[in-house]
Amino acid sequence: MLVASAGNVLVWAAWMAAAFACLGSGVAVVSFSNPFYSALALIGNLGSLAVLYLLLSAEFVAAAQVLVYAGAVMVMFLFVIAYIGPRSESPWMGGPSWQAVGAVLAAGALLIEIVVVIGLKASGRLSHSEHVGAAFGSPATIGRLFLTDHLLAFEITSIVLLVAAVGGVILGSHSRRSADEVPSL
Amino acid sequence: MGPGVSWYLAVAGFLFATGTLGVLLRRNPLIVLLSLEIMLNGADLALIGFARNLRDGDGQIFALAVMAVAASEVVVGLGLVVALNRKRITLDVDRLNTLRG
Repeated sequence: MLVASAGNVLVWAAWMAAAFACLGSGVAVVSFSNPFYSALALIGNLGSLAVLYLLLSAEFVAAAQVLVYAGAVMVMFLFVIAYIGPRSESPWMGGPSWQAVGAVLAAGALLIEIVVVIGLKASGRLSHSEHVGAAFGSPATIGRLFLTDHLLAFEITSIVLLVAAVGGVILGSHSRRSADEVPSL
Repeated sequence: MGPGVSWYLAVAGFLFATGTLGVLLRRNPLIVLLSLEIMLNGADLALIGFARNLRDGDGQIFALAVMAVAASEVVVGLGLVVALNRKRITLDVDRLNTLRG
């Protein structure tokens, strides 16, 4: 019993640290004026989200999160930010002040809507299910689900990635001829 | 037991609202893309929380598909930002209004 409660406290402590790191770095991403610092804060956000995924016994998704996001996507972000260089032409917040007020109101309304809908629709069924098997969230289970029940989603995902790669190459390539064809954007 | 799934859902909701605020408020397209990542990650956290609650692996499959779509979106978005930068266009989403048909 004592061991169980000690583990309980440990899980809560890990959850508190990861959740507050997650929310704090999310606010930091939105509020930093330098995109480089925002990208670094987003790396912290993704790392703490991976901890939350581990607490939800989703090991494979946590590993994929660290590899794909913090590894590949954020490296690309930082590379593009460094390639563009410091350009301070875009203001922190543009437009008239009613736009800012509207943005805050819209985000707040969305948050309230999420809370109310979840509270109304699912509050009775949100008790923490006690046990999941050791195989839950393991790479073997995920792979079996992907290749049996969700084979179509798996294949469509590969096509989406292929189209995105082709689009990235086309957007990034610049020949002199295409610059003449599209004189001004 | 540790925190229930409703705590995770609260974190996911706050993350989604934070990302929405960034998308609506900021003017730099790079930070708009970063805020979009936060929104997608909030949705991912909700999906994985419900997958744990229902003891069903389908939510994790969905989260992985969202991750792949997010990677594709970053590729296209950053390609657009680089193309704008190459044409010496101001990086300000309020001024990107010349793409009208």
